[in-house]
Amino acid sequence: MNEFVKPVVDYFELLPLLIVSGVACLGVVIEAFAPRRMRYLAQVVLALAGLSVALVVVVLIARDAKVYADGAARGILSVGGTIAVDGPTLFLWGLILVLALAGVLLFAERHLGGGVSAFAGQAAALPGTEAEREASTSGLDHTEVYPLLMFAVFGMLLFPSANDLLTMFVGLEVLSLPLYLLCGLARRRRLLSQEAALKYFLLGAFSSGFFLYGVALVYGYAGSMNFAAINEAVRNDAGNSALLLIGIGLISVGLFFKVGAAPFHAWTPDVYQGAPTPVTAFMAAATKVAAFGAILRLFYVAFGSDRWSWQPMMWVIAILTMLVGAILAITQTDVKRLLAYSSVAHTGFILTGVLGIQATSDLAPGEVTALQAVLFYLATYGFATLGAFAVVGLVRDSGGEVTALDRWAGLGKESPVVAGVFAFFLLAMAGIPLTSGFVGKLAVFSVALAAGAWPVVAVAIIASIIAAFLYIRVIKAMYFDDPIGDGPTVVFPSVLTATTIALGAAVTLMLGVLPGPLLDLAGLAGQFLR
Amino acid sequence: MRASAEGAGRVPVVHPIGAEGAFSWLWLIIALPLAGAVVLLVGGALARGALDRVGHWIGTGTVVGSFLVSLWLFISLLGRGEDERQIGQHLFTWFEVGELNVGMDLLYDPLSALFLLLITGVGSLIHVYSIGYMEHDVRRRRFFGYLNLFIAAMLVLVLGANYLVVFLGWEGVGLASYLLIGFWQHKHSAAAAAKKAFVINRVGDIGLSLAIALMFTTFGTTDFATISEQASGASQTTLNALGLLLLLGACGKSAQVPLQAWLLDAMEGPTPVSALIHAATMVTAGVYLVVRSNFIYELTPVAQTVVVIVATVTLLWGAILGCAKDDIKKALAGSTMSQIGYMMLAAGLGVAGYPFAIFHLLTHGFFKANMFLGAGSVMHGMNDDVDMRHYGGLRSFMPITFLTFAMGYLAIIGFPGFSGFFSKDKIIETALADNLVVGLCALLGAGITGFYMTRLMLMTFFGEKRWAKDVHPHESPSVMTVPLIVLAALSVLGGIMLLNDFIVDFLSPVTGVAEHHEPPLPAIVITMIVVGVVALGVAAAWFLVGRKEIARDAPQDVSFATRAARADLYGDAINDSLVVGPGRSMTTGLASFDRRGVDGVVEGGSAGVGAMSGVLRRVQNGFVRSYALSLLGGALLVVLALLAVNLA
Repeated sequence: MNEFVKPVVDYFELLPLLIVSGVACLGVVIEAFAPRRMRYLAQVVLALAGLSVALVVVVLIARDAKVYADGAARGILSVGGTIAVDGPTLFLWGLILVLALAGVLLFAERHLGGGVSAFAGQAAALPGTEAEREASTSGLDHTEVYPLLMFAVFGMLLFPSANDLLTMFVGLEVLSLPLYLLCGLARRRRLLSQEAALKYFLLGAFSSGFFLYGVALVYGYAGSMNFAAINEAVRNDAGNSALLLIGIGLISVGLFFKVGAAPFHAWTPDVYQGAPTPVTAFMAAATKVAAFGAILRLFYVAFGSDRWSWQPMMWVIAILTMLVGAILAITQTDVKRLLAYSSVAHTGFILTGVLGIQATSDLAPGEVTALQAVLFYLATYGFATLGAFAVVGLVRDSGGEVTALDRWAGLGKESPVVAGVFAFFLLAMAGIPLTSGFVGKLAVFSVALAAGAWPVVAVAIIASIIAAFLYIRVIKAMYFDDPIGDGPTVVFPSVLTATTIALGAAVTLMLGVLPGPLLDLAGLAGQFLR
Repeated sequence: MRASAEGAGRVPVVHPIGAEGAFSWLWLIIALPLAGAVVLLVGGALARGALDRVGHWIGTGTVVGSFLVSLWLFISLLGRGEDERQIGQHLFTWFEVGELNVGMDLLYDPLSALFLLLITGVGSLIHVYSIGYMEHDVRRRRFFGYLNLFIAAMLVLVLGANYLVVFLGWEGVGLASYLLIGFWQHKHSAAAAAKKAFVINRVGDIGLSLAIALMFTTFGTTDFATISEQASGASQTTLNALGLLLLLGACGKSAQVPLQAWLLDAMEGPTPVSALIHAATMVTAGVYLVVRSNFIYELTPVAQTVVVIVATVTLLWGAILGCAKDDIKKALAGSTMSQIGYMMLAAGLGVAGYPFAIFHLLTHGFFKANMFLGAGSVMHGMNDDVDMRHYGGLRSFMPITFLTFAMGYLAIIGFPGFSGFFSKDKIIETALADNLVVGLCALLGAGITGFYMTRLMLMTFFGEKRWAKDVHPHESPSVMTVPLIVLAALSVLGGIMLLNDFIVDFLSPVTGVAEHHEPPLPAIVITMIVVGVVALGVAAAWFLVGRKEIARDAPQDVSFATRAARADLYGDAINDSLVVGPGRSMTTGLASFDRRGVDGVVEGGSAGVGAMSGVLRRVQNGFVRSYALSLLGGALLVVLALLAVNLA
């Protein structure tokens, strides 16, 4: 046995993690002790403040980060090599924190529901009972959602920075559990919401089992949980490679489930539809960022020297995901489900970027690396998705949100601004030039092409065409179909949602017109620290 | 024609020196009319009332200002030594893409100096004239805006120091020409003529843009300076292609056969437009392009030969059209085509011809603008009737118009002492020295010119009155006659540019110095023959037109030749059967292919995808157990994929 060595904890570099988890704990304390009427304000302010401070700290860390080998990598490994605070981590942290800030704004929106939030008044009250009616008439509100959100953000921050299999698993669970709960808290259509939460939980637990089994197998192969050590073992080809391969496969299952790649995507439409729309918006954007961060680190750092063995598998998954997402989206009649399938298709596009990894020596100077392309795509996707779901929350009638597509007909004539913004987000997802989506797609397709994955890129282009059809179908419904008589109305949002939508639209436009700065930033992040 | 090797040595390389002193104001020449156009067109939306009242003075003022600057620079240029007469000015980097770095560069040399004087000088006179001519038009402000836009674009064209800047001006004049031909867009014929001009010019523009692309791939730049230096290093095929493509561009702009069909229709525009754009300046852009590209043409005898052939055909073609037209403007337009043919011919003859091409271009600019404006003045007095069969005997009713027109007439037929006499005579002389057939054709053209111009004079100003009932011809206001007088004076005196071989020496830094060719006959004999042929033409007109009664309606029982000439020598019919017809059937074919083939694939594809979506959708049944099953299946898939690839 090795002797236990007290790990060095670099508190400054870990400060974002500590702040977010501290704020989450503080939120629980507020929930326990503060009077009910003060909780909303206190929780919202606390969450916003905590996330903002964490964001500032991330910037400070990035500014002072140690640089290796002329900027090829930067940052440190901390807590005995289990957490890597390197360039990609910092980029993802910043992205997740900004998305989380926007998520908090959406959570805090009370104007749309007529003075109450999108969350159930009392989750414990059975749907349709007297208790529920009472809870809703007395204006109860679950302010626990903010600590839950903060715990999820903590998990999301930990996930992509984990440099060791166990830490990664902890991050996975910490981010997942609060999300399961949040999904079941919708104020309207509670049964649908609870069903979604339960499905998500069951399947999530199932996939976590796969992940954990895979971890065990890889440990059996490499004799270590640490990514660097696993990499070393893979490079030296020590041990039984079947163990390694099955291990890689099972770990992948857990991660693919989180990002919603086919055939592990089945939960996505049900959960996206059932969950309260602010949760869907946050989850769709931020979870994907965090999970792809973890995928990148795991496959590039731990299994990077054996990429020939996992790349074909990822080809298959990427192709399947893009086709399933794009094709199934066509027949959807619900806007939230449609966006869910579109997010599945986007998972496929991002995987196309992930499998575009090349040896550094194969890259021309100044060429966009796979890591850079994926990081950029995540940013474009995150903001467009967040904005699109935020817009969905605005279209309502007396029964709450209206997500049936046929009732959106003619929206463009009634609310040209909202319909225009939504159309803009859809065009961004379709990858039309002058939106962020175009640059993102170009980046991931070109790195995949450079790595020789032209069949995947060919499928990706076909999938893009199919997907473009469905986005344009929605735009057509909004602008060219006649409005139905009792159609929904657009509720004018408070400044909170308006800020989120404006942020999403502004970033989407800016990244489409001027992608340079963010691409450079993603390039500046450099490689993973090993 | 000439061996390229000996020609190559004589073409000077473009090597501009920096713009200093007076020449640093070069940009102002373009900026003035451009500012006028912006103010008149864009500002019209803001201050409509005020600009409608003073807009024409702004438009005229900017061009006159531009002329004064041009004159100042010209005088400064004369004060410089011969080797310091190429001045370049870099305004800003236009764009930079990869290896292509294009600057907004201007080049001021003797060639562009003469063009500047012509464009801004004649342009100023035409602006002044338009003040009177367009007095009652409600859209006068816009008209002057377009005129200014045209002047600015034309100045860009002749001042550009690389082919892309030239192309910018080239397209700009095309646009302005389109806008001005169709200025009276309420008339269907004007709108159609504008469209026709635009489309035919596009064919030429393809030639120029392909030439520019070829230059870029060959030389890596479009600068005159670099290309003139490196041209001799390019392969003969490339040079031939460049020469022919540039010629295609020139044919479009300068209405040379086979792209001549638009010019006669373009007379639908207001008469000052015909004078400015379709006689004096824009249509000569093709000649400018060929002369400017002398460093290419001198190396490609093939392209030069084609230039000469095109020019010869055109000069006869235009002259024949001029003989049969009853519309005064169209008769003049035919003559324009023919005269540009002369310039092209001279340009195609190489170093010996370039100065005379430019010389004829300048004198033609004077006398043709003069005659067009005179025609406008006649129309002004005849209630906008253009049919010469309805004129007659106007000389005593419009004395100033008649006298000035007569000066232009004498100049164009080449009456000894008038400007056209010197310029045309020189071209015929050079052509005879080069090739006897071409020279004889040019000589024949001169005779026909004498015929149709005399016919025009006789039908308009002499003979019986054949006016419509309510027409009361009167002299035009002085704002219109003063420009006529100035232009008439220039038509008479333009020949002094040849005094002491001034223009040849002046242009030699650009065009090179020709070695002396001995003409087959002494020069004085050639001159006498030319005068004799012209006199024959005039006499023929007198006997065929002047001594007969002219019917008010054009007789229909005419010879085949007349009918063909009236139908523009079937130019439109040729276009119809060669281009329009096949183009139309190709469009129909493509449309039906799009409907059946493309739409079929797309709709079938989308139906297929939709059906697939419907099937796949059933998997999404909402049961967690089947979701978990698919997850398990996925796990198997992933693991098997990994094992299959690695262990197989």
